[in-house]
Amino acid sequence: MIVRRKDRVVVLGITGKQGTFWSEKMIAYGTNVVAGVNPKRAGETHAGVPIFAATTEAVAKVGGDVAVMFIPSTMAKDAAVSAAQAGIKLLVVLTEHIPAQDVMAMHAAAARYGTRIIGPNTAGLVTPGECFVGIMPAFVPSVFKAGRVGVISRSGSLGTLICLNLTRAGLGQSAFIGIGGDPMLGTTTRDALEALAKDDGTDAAVVVGEIGGAMEEDAASYAKKMTKPIVAFIAGAAAPAGKKMGHAGAIVTGNAGSYASKRQALEAAGVTVVDTPSQIAAAVSAGLKVSRAGNKLVASQ
Amino acid sequence: MNFEEHAAKLLVLNPAGIPTLRGTLCTTATEAEAAAANIGPCVLKAQVPAGKRGKAGGIKLARTPQEARNAAEKILGMTIGGYEVERLLVEQQARIAREFYAAVLHDVVARRPLILFSTEGGMDIEEIAAEKPDAIRRLLLDIDGKPKTADIAGMLKGLGLGSAEAHIVQILDRLYTAYRAHDGELLEINPLALLDDGGVVALDCKFVLDDAAVYRQPEVAKGGAAVPMTALERRGAEAGLKLIQLDGNVGVLANGAGLTMTTMDVIQHYGGRPANFLEIGGEAYTKSEIALDLVLSNPGVKSLVINFCGAFARTDVMAEGVVRAWHKLAPRVPVFFSIHGTGEKEAVALVRNELGIEPYDFMEDAIQAAVKAAQ
Repeated sequence: MIVRRKDRVVVLGITGKQGTFWSEKMIAYGTNVVAGVNPKRAGETHAGVPIFAATTEAVAKVGGDVAVMFIPSTMAKDAAVSAAQAGIKLLVVLTEHIPAQDVMAMHAAAARYGTRIIGPNTAGLVTPGECFVGIMPAFVPSVFKAGRVGVISRSGSLGTLICLNLTRAGLGQSAFIGIGGDPMLGTTTRDALEALAKDDGTDAAVVVGEIGGAMEEDAASYAKKMTKPIVAFIAGAAAPAGKKMGHAGAIVTGNAGSYASKRQALEAAGVTVVDTPSQIAAAVSAGLKVSRAGNKLVASQ
Repeated sequence: MNFEEHAAKLLVLNPAGIPTLRGTLCTTATEAEAAAANIGPCVLKAQVPAGKRGKAGGIKLARTPQEARNAAEKILGMTIGGYEVERLLVEQQARIAREFYAAVLHDVVARRPLILFSTEGGMDIEEIAAEKPDAIRRLLLDIDGKPKTADIAGMLKGLGLGSAEAHIVQILDRLYTAYRAHDGELLEINPLALLDDGGVVALDCKFVLDDAAVYRQPEVAKGGAAVPMTALERRGAEAGLKLIQLDGNVGVLANGAGLTMTTMDVIQHYGGRPANFLEIGGEAYTKSEIALDLVLSNPGVKSLVINFCGAFARTDVMAEGVVRAWHKLAPRVPVFFSIHGTGEKEAVALVRNELGIEPYDFMEDAIQAAVKAAQ
């Protein structure tokens, strides 16, 4: 789920306003966009790439490893299922407000065809200095800079702020993995943490969580086994209980999914949980210092 | 979208062929009295989309029409779970042999539909899970298929349901069909009762319709319960914006749920109290003009943080909306900006040139200044 420049990207819904705007940004940044899909505009060229009537056709003609969806919620399920059938390996679902039963059908199709879904309701993936897929401001130099810290975030806007803070502190990023704000995600915090643990380009991980669900608690059980330092910030400490705060995933009922439950689970796993986003960079630097000292010790023994 | 019991029964259970008891919806004590005269010994149930109605005193038995009248007078006008009781369901009393729990919902971890069944009816599922976890049976389903009768029967094995088992299998199958047909997020029968005469009926029903699917459930959605809102929250809803009015004094205008929650958290961290949650993320980022109007209309607001961190949401577009609204509204409270991400150069220039305000370089400085100004 760390995108590379060699990955061939197909943009579903490339001709719309947002599809056009972001495809141009992705291409300019270095993303290998090879095709667009729109049944009504097949045969044309848009944003410099050929348009096909269906994802299967695009994959057959020009290849495709990754697909990104600029598709309205009412049509998202069909587009996602078609992309999975077409053999897309990584499907980035930006769409928000997809009916939950459609989301389940998308996940069922992904499991059937061996596709990994990122999202729904994700802002996408960024590999700074290399490429990005989605709707993140990868091209704003004050926000993203190539480096060795991996960032996992449910939120695009908050993820942007965290990367900005890291970049300002001189800490570049190896990858930004936007997992999405929906309750039923194709890729969880734990999945993303596993990818960062295995990535040779990543020395530390930042987890940007949110109240609701049990993903952070689940990720904590994996974090225990990780040797790379992890810093977490959980949004929603001030959120009143029982209210949906925009993301459908962020509803707190009882103790499950509460701020306290997430913080406790992560801290018990040895993760540094900070109170505000501005404390992240210092905590990452401190964690890296400790782990590097540890590595030196191991190397000298 | 939540539904009151009577609406869930009428719109979801009965069309699916799941039986309920004879009942009448009443809005006055006189109507309740008349209904009881017709039905006989009855139970009067407050109609609010909230749990724990019985514990709150919202469910009462009556043997005679006079008793029904008295009970209705007590229940109507009560407040249960933040809702004022305006309606009652007057339902026939039944001779109950056993009570069960049945539900279909999303298993968000498995990302599949889940049927839950328990012989411990009448309790909250959370209570059953805590006290008698072994009493809960689960069946995960494939969203693309229909559940197999044998699988449903399999989940009930060993529960000693006797001759009721066949009935229950049929009801669970129909419950799943109804959940699928109506985009349920949760469809729960608690209790599901086995009567002395061998019949199985839904005594209560809770239905939650997926908000994202309301557009394709127009008929059922008409029966949804109104969400209690303040006048300001209603204005927000009418503009297509999710606004939650809080009791603090620092207004929040940020894009994206994550950043908005974080802005509230940081306000609290520095000793302030947020006055609202308002999301203009996703497609709604173009609505910053009305959004500014909304947050400034909150009478509790003493200062305002405008915190934009553009990813999909372009900060230049949001800033344009703020500037337009600003010229109309002429805010009287101090406003503190922090702007980063997509379109930030244009947005910062716009705020600087048009409003004569210098955005803060660091979000937390803007928030601390706003907290201080509100004190």
